[in-house]
Amino acid sequence: MSATVLHRPGDSPVHRLPPEVKVVCAFAAVLCVVATPRAAFWAFGLHLLVLLAVWAVVRVPPGWYARRALIEVPFVLLAFVLPFTGGGPRTDVLGVSVSVDGALAGWNILAKGTLGVLVSLTLAATTHPRDLVAGLQRLRAPRLLTTIASLMLRYAEVIAAEARRMRTARVCRGHDPRFLWQAAATARGIGMLFLRSYERGERVHLAMLARGWTGALPVPPSPGAGPRRWLAGLTPALLAALVCGTALWTT
Amino acid sequence: MSTLAMHASDGLLNAPTSLLFGAVAVAGLAVATGKARRELDDRTAPLAGLVAAFVFAVQMLNFPVLPGVSGHLLGGALAAILVGPWTGALCVSVVLVVQALLFADGGLTALGANITNMALLGTAAGYVVAVALRRFATRSRPGLLAVAFTAALVNTVVASAGFVLEYAIGGQGAVSLGGFAAALLGVHVLIGIGEGVITALTVGAVASARPDLVHLLRGAPVAREAAS
Repeated sequence: MSATVLHRPGDSPVHRLPPEVKVVCAFAAVLCVVATPRAAFWAFGLHLLVLLAVWAVVRVPPGWYARRALIEVPFVLLAFVLPFTGGGPRTDVLGVSVSVDGALAGWNILAKGTLGVLVSLTLAATTHPRDLVAGLQRLRAPRLLTTIASLMLRYAEVIAAEARRMRTARVCRGHDPRFLWQAAATARGIGMLFLRSYERGERVHLAMLARGWTGALPVPPSPGAGPRRWLAGLTPALLAALVCGTALWTT
Repeated sequence: MSTLAMHASDGLLNAPTSLLFGAVAVAGLAVATGKARRELDDRTAPLAGLVAAFVFAVQMLNFPVLPGVSGHLLGGALAAILVGPWTGALCVSVVLVVQALLFADGGLTALGANITNMALLGTAAGYVVAVALRRFATRSRPGLLAVAFTAALVNTVVASAGFVLEYAIGGQGAVSLGGFAAALLGVHVLIGIGEGVITALTVGAVASARPDLVHLLRGAPVAREAAS
């Protein structure tokens, strides 16, 4: 697994949008989905429709999103357990007694969780990690945090590769742990990995000092997103807000 | 190897609660940012960046629990013991933000709650336990391992208790709070034992190679000399 595994390079209008617009749009859209009352079933269909429209612009096959959305499986299981464990009035579905409240709660988690994951995936697919950090910087996230994040993204792959090499070395020597109490070699490896990461950090710091490190990474110059691009980029979020508002109004 | 979400997704908490804990996370991060500078001075950014990369890589390493069942380290207590609570909290937060934005792991609206639980509450609780038991940790190696184990166990359980609190304020499930709390805390005691074992062994490995790098042990040799 590499650090850029979810990014799909492309040249669609969504790819070209300034990252800060996309981040704000994703957060706002998911918040609207979460605020939508769970009994307004049609509203979730409309939310999905907005998302499908964005995908049509992005031109990433829906199957790609579906495979990546499997990360959500534990919560889907929870959603399917709730109808049987919930209290309150019960009803019969296909001869099985289920709780009405539990079924609604399960639907709520399933619908909102799935839409949330799909929105996150859309953001991740269309935004390069480097651009994302620049976007957070332009949204006035603390400089220390964005610097840590960009250094982390830069070195995550190096450290992960180091971890993979250490694992290969263990496996080559017959390491095949099955139980927690056999994990000592893995844990010693993690300790080693920390030492190597920390010492690499010290070397990186010295190298940065040699190149004139002043305590903050230079921000790439950017004209910033004009009002028109903000409006265009926030359209999906505005549509989601409209759906959410209507659903709140009618239920 | 499939990766499953361990972080709360969207839809588990209602919108006002999500916003509330988003604000809590932002406030906590502001404090941690200020304090972390004092822990590491001008080396803060590069070292914290590499430690965050380490936490990130460690979360991809699976260790066995039972045949067919494997887990991965969350790393909050480990980071707090090795680099200090503020830097540790900052590193775990950055990892959570990156996972939510670039890997779709954890819902965007649940990000505030996830940061509050795992990066702030969990790390703080783990570190408080570690500092309270510090005299055992500096005395002997088994003591250090036991302290690291306890800190990681408390870290995991407190982080899940944080989610129980959030669920009590604005949960969206139909489960009674008691049943939910029992199930979540029970599972996390088991996860915490695994986390504790791995954290203890990892801290032990670091302490035997470079004891000067273990934040919890800083100043310990001086204290020992003063006592003798």
